[in-house]
Amino acid sequence: MSEQNKIYWKGLEELTNEPSFVANAEKEFASVPTAPSASSNTLDGLTGQRRDFLKVMGFGMAAVSLAACETPVKKAIPFLNKPEEYDPSIANYYASSYADGGDYCAVLVKTREGRPIKIEGNKLSSVTQGGTSARVQASILSLYDTERFKAPTVRKKETTWAAFDKEVGEKLAEIAGGNGRIAFVTSSIVSPSFKQALAEWIAKYPSTNVVVYDPVSASGILNANKASFGSAFVPSYYFNKADVIVSFSADFLGTWLSSTEYTKQFAAGRKPTADRPHMNRLYSFEANLSLTGSNADYRAPIKPSAEGVYVAALYNAVASALGRPTVAGGSITAHKDTVAQAAKDLVAAAGKSLVVSGSNDVNVQLLVNGINELLGNYGKTIDINTQLLTRQGQDADLAAFVSQAKSGGVQAVIFNDCNPVFDSALGTELKAALGSVSLKVAIASRPDETTEAVDYVAAAHHYLESWGDAEPRTGYYSLTQPAITKIFDTRQALETVLLWSGNTTDAYKYVSSYWANNVYPRQNSYGSFRDFWNYSLHDGIFEVGAPSLRASTAGAVKDSTGNVVMPEVAGVGPFERASPHTASFSADVNAAANAVDGTYKATSTGTDLVIYESIGLGVGRDANNPWLQEFADPVTRACWDNYITIPQSLAKTWGDFKVNEGDTILANLKVGGTTIKVPVLVQPGQAKDTIGLALGYGREVAGKAAKGVGVNAHKLLTIADGAAKYFVANVTVEKTEEKYRVAHVQTHHTIMGRDIVQGSTLNEWKKNPAAGRHIVEVTTGDKGHVPATSMSLWPGHTRPNHAWGMVVDMSACIGCGACTIACQVENNVPVVGKEEVLNRREMHWIRIDRYYSSSYKEGDSLSMKEEAAENPQVVFQPLMCQHCNNAPCETVCPVAATTHSTEGLNQMAYNRCIGTRYCANNCPYKVRRFNWFSYPQNAENFPLNFPTLSDLGRMVLNPDVTVRARGVMEKCSMCVQRLQEGKLNAKKESRRPIDGEIVTACAAACSAGAIIFGDMNDAESKIAQLMDAESGKRNYQLLSEINTNPSVSYLTKIRNTADKA
Amino acid sequence: MSLNRLTSRYWVRIGAMAATVLTLHFSAIAQDGAATPAPADGAAAAAPAPAAGGGDAVAGEAVFNANCKQCHAINEQVVGPALRDAHKRWPSDKALTEFIKYPQKTIDGGNAYAKGLYDKYKQYMPNHNFLKDEEIGSVIAWIKAESAKPVTAAAAPAAADGKGGAAADAGAGAGIDSSFLTYILGALVLVLILLIAVLGLITTVLTKYLNNNENLTEADKEYALDAPNYKSFFGSKAFLFVVTFIFTMVVLKAGFDKVYGINVNTGYAPTQPIPFSHKLHAGTYEIDCGYCHTGVYKGKSATIPSVNICLNCHNAIKTGSPNMQKLYKAVENNKPIEWVRVHNLPDLAYFNHSQHTVVGKIECEKCHGAIKEMEVVEQHSTLTMGWCINCHRETVVKTEGNAYYDKLVKLHADKTNKPMTVENIGGLECSKCHY
Repeated sequence: MSEQNKIYWKGLEELTNEPSFVANAEKEFASVPTAPSASSNTLDGLTGQRRDFLKVMGFGMAAVSLAACETPVKKAIPFLNKPEEYDPSIANYYASSYADGGDYCAVLVKTREGRPIKIEGNKLSSVTQGGTSARVQASILSLYDTERFKAPTVRKKETTWAAFDKEVGEKLAEIAGGNGRIAFVTSSIVSPSFKQALAEWIAKYPSTNVVVYDPVSASGILNANKASFGSAFVPSYYFNKADVIVSFSADFLGTWLSSTEYTKQFAAGRKPTADRPHMNRLYSFEANLSLTGSNADYRAPIKPSAEGVYVAALYNAVASALGRPTVAGGSITAHKDTVAQAAKDLVAAAGKSLVVSGSNDVNVQLLVNGINELLGNYGKTIDINTQLLTRQGQDADLAAFVSQAKSGGVQAVIFNDCNPVFDSALGTELKAALGSVSLKVAIASRPDETTEAVDYVAAAHHYLESWGDAEPRTGYYSLTQPAITKIFDTRQALETVLLWSGNTTDAYKYVSSYWANNVYPRQNSYGSFRDFWNYSLHDGIFEVGAPSLRASTAGAVKDSTGNVVMPEVAGVGPFERASPHTASFSADVNAAANAVDGTYKATSTGTDLVIYESIGLGVGRDANNPWLQEFADPVTRACWDNYITIPQSLAKTWGDFKVNEGDTILANLKVGGTTIKVPVLVQPGQAKDTIGLALGYGREVAGKAAKGVGVNAHKLLTIADGAAKYFVANVTVEKTEEKYRVAHVQTHHTIMGRDIVQGSTLNEWKKNPAAGRHIVEVTTGDKGHVPATSMSLWPGHTRPNHAWGMVVDMSACIGCGACTIACQVENNVPVVGKEEVLNRREMHWIRIDRYYSSSYKEGDSLSMKEEAAENPQVVFQPLMCQHCNNAPCETVCPVAATTHSTEGLNQMAYNRCIGTRYCANNCPYKVRRFNWFSYPQNAENFPLNFPTLSDLGRMVLNPDVTVRARGVMEKCSMCVQRLQEGKLNAKKESRRPIDGEIVTACAAACSAGAIIFGDMNDAESKIAQLMDAESGKRNYQLLSEINTNPSVSYLTKIRNTADKA
Repeated sequence: MSLNRLTSRYWVRIGAMAATVLTLHFSAIAQDGAATPAPADGAAAAAPAPAAGGGDAVAGEAVFNANCKQCHAINEQVVGPALRDAHKRWPSDKALTEFIKYPQKTIDGGNAYAKGLYDKYKQYMPNHNFLKDEEIGSVIAWIKAESAKPVTAAAAPAAADGKGGAAADAGAGAGIDSSFLTYILGALVLVLILLIAVLGLITTVLTKYLNNNENLTEADKEYALDAPNYKSFFGSKAFLFVVTFIFTMVVLKAGFDKVYGINVNTGYAPTQPIPFSHKLHAGTYEIDCGYCHTGVYKGKSATIPSVNICLNCHNAIKTGSPNMQKLYKAVENNKPIEWVRVHNLPDLAYFNHSQHTVVGKIECEKCHGAIKEMEVVEQHSTLTMGWCINCHRETVVKTEGNAYYDKLVKLHADKTNKPMTVENIGGLECSKCHY
């Protein structure tokens, strides 16, 4: 460490000190016009003229005095017949399951006054274990999307269900009668009862061909396992059991397969403590800097067209170390050390290691299986008996269906919960082929490119309106129950399929009878189905072979009267119950290696395009969700767009092209015969001669939030050898002179050059638990050197009762951003739109700062620093209001709108705030947000802010949190509404709050368990014990040199690298 | 601007109303669809509590208070007969239980005693078949226990309650009676007027004397006999200043009072769709507030009772009244009754009833006034922030028996001997009510 220095930077403009960056970084607020755009200068009806101002003011005063004369009459409308379990103003939680495309999450739905307002993770599920993702958190807004289908439509005209069913039913009968081919195209079905319904459909229409496809498919894994073990499946992976993990372009922390679950597992191995001084080690080989690569201890940027060679190289390295036969190929020139070291670590941790690949090439996956087999990982970190069912699609099936449709061989097609016209490689062909299909039906809840291309749309429910079930993993069942009655005249897909199959049972009865016949017999805890059903519905889940949840309340958190506040759930992880590995590995690895050797080249000259799933939008199913559109990508930190990420080496060839404060250019991207114009971002860590482009953007028919945002990357995909390929070799990128602005937030709110990211390596930490800590000392006249925190200008505040605080473990934080969206939902944080983000006015209360870091030696030139930046390390640092006990903001507020509470909170009284913005200017952490406009009601300038623009959208608002008006400052309140509620519950029961009973929205949403919230005054609390254990070690406060004494503190980032930090 | 701020949470309300309507449909689904004990709190996987055992007088009191109290008392006849020794008037507890469950069936079935009751009271008691036999058993056990107590002793608590209320009222106005002050002031004014009159008389007499006196010098004469110069007095700067000052102060005071009064609706007593009398229900019949306002001990909202609560009694009582017809119409048309909200707290302030009623143990009347005497409910308190703050300054926290406060009480006692008020534990901090 001594001769090596480490610099942290948020973007290349910071590293190279661009003048415009420096100018902006010094200001809290950008110098931009207060009108949202040049074309429109009206603000809430004001035109900015002095006279108009006076007129409006005069009118306003008159209006106020008139309004004061008469109080508006407000109505209080109670129920006719109040349900017993329901009380206005008291939240009810219903356990349910989120299953959207290939994503699954067990959730609790918080409802208030009968409307769902928040999603929490269901801790009872051993699949997702209480974790959530940004998309799960945001899914609640899609329920209130005003652009959803409101009734069934026939050729875009709304109709009644009776007429609709009659028309479709007659046509189906006619086609089936003539033995015409019917294609049922669907996304992967995780619902077992839906599968049974589909069987009924096939019984009724035997000429039906079911086509399952996934927008981002796992065909490669499915087929590799078929070759290896005899059946096509995705196994269960256990990253928590692995000490060494090697990932070849599998972004398992971001988007790959079941990322919420894997995040939970991975983060468990990233928290070194004195009792368990151990961490897993992650190697990542990839082209784009993904979330997984960002969290890797070792990352090797490679071209996707070389990936197979690296897999073979690793296979050979592992095989030779174990004295087993090697395979053909695998000769590499770059990253030899990394591969050798990975192999060494893997062999050392045989049986406690895991190799995964995101490739959709069956041969690459076979080699990966081969490595895992060599290492004896099957039955230990990979369970092939418990299979992941969220990806069942075979790209070949889709291709076969499309070619059959093209040749006129399909008479009827039903699209269920899928959008292949947009999100498959064959979208354009499919759209053209649909012309020859006589009956085209889509079962969908939202308009999309596929519903646009069909004649009949059976308007479906949102999942929060539906009954249903899910089996994300074999033997792990969960239930979906409605948290609200249907809002529009829609019908859930299950009922539609049943009805057309001639079964008039409603979804509730159908699902419950499925459970009675198929799930109930698989347990012996309950004697009657009624009990089994009620408890399963209450818990949301049922896991075969799991000990009864009701029996295992021994370790549960109980209140003083013995009522269980939180059941004990830890320690019943799924893996402990996995049955032993039986099937034997029987794949021809040599054949696979030969195939790989023929397809992949270690070095090549062309540019490879990598097409990836974005963290926020995924494959674009929720593109009309403004929360997700404004969710900045964790790595690029850009929102409201997709763009190509190019390596610095390419930017250099463009005359030292730089992206500065969002100012960029458009480039022509030529892929085969297609040319598309896309904006450019220079991305540190992008492998040389590769570019990246995200899926999910470029929706044409989705709604106002999605329309015209980005370009469609799905149409650049190809299906070869029965599998979609997520990269294209030999593409051309040409810069154009057209200017463009990408809204990226990475350099907003910069804490310039201050030492706020601190960290070290595992080995250093073992030697010195305070390794990497930077303790600032000041020199005093009498006492010599003392820590800066020992001196204060202020008398300080007392916190006699509670001292709410947070500890953020930067080692565990993977940067997924679920907390950002959870906070947005909980606290009614507005959406501001691309223009305002460009003006540096995003409103998120919690942001995850992404720092790149690279090492340099004294005297290194700028170009050497930049070279180091080609594959930087990445640190994620969640930053919210630090709730300083010596708060700089409080002392400068002229009206005392921001004050300190006796519980350690920095409180913000919106109604007292007059908008001087002094506080934001004086905040060293830059966490205060100003309402420049009335975002919630300014439909003219903020049309995308739809949650608050309609009565329906406003139903998502949290009624316990004020919607802020224009001209007031806001910031993280540490979810004070939850603190107050939790304290009140404790008071009503005459007890102290129990640790874990009160959590903030961000801490509850965090899958990685990186945010620990609690009462620091409660000696029994996790936070107090953690701070006690880590005091003077990993625990530190940001900017301790200015002694703001925050209630939020951090744990240093520890990497498991052998040498450099 | 201020309007903007005020209306912000108002939207949420509108959303809530819309949601309420939606939920009405939903509740129907939940009942015929699920009919499950809707999983209230998914996080709490507690086993359901075992049913209360029968014959327990303590449990019986709770059942009685929840289901019977609005029509019956032990010693007095309320809507129905007094229940003292009721068990002795029936051959067996089983028969009594049967009667409680199905009164009309028993009466029409020809039971002579039941028939007699009907002839006396001219109305059927509603069926109570929703109660379990053990619950009714516990009520009977409680009636037996109460009947065993002497009449005076049983009646005493009620009387004490009444007195307690009166004492509290007197306590509120403690100090010097305001009317007494008025009398003193009146007397003082009278004395002053008399003084002026006497002084005027003396002046007249003296002037007369001086006029008749010839031994005065010219200067003295001029001084003594010169008529007072009113013009210069009223024209003087000092006088003008004083008058202007007083006038400005009066106008300012009136202005401020007016401005402070904006949106302060003390005395607001809107006409309700059904002229519900709190005086009758809460006053005469002493129905517990929480019986109708079901949320008052549970949550933020006290809640306006739903029609089914009204019908608990009014499916049998006063069924002919035109106002009851409105209830039946509401049920028939599936349209809830739109009551007019009396107490409108600004949306920016968070107020939770249960905090004050359960934890603070504050009587409803403290904020809502003499609700038991109000034929038409009116807003009693100003509901201004000053009013809230003032109470938080004065009110002593009810810490007895509440383990939450133990630590705070100890800390407070170390500092001072004064009682611990809400203010002392952070009750004036912004984020306690504004978030």
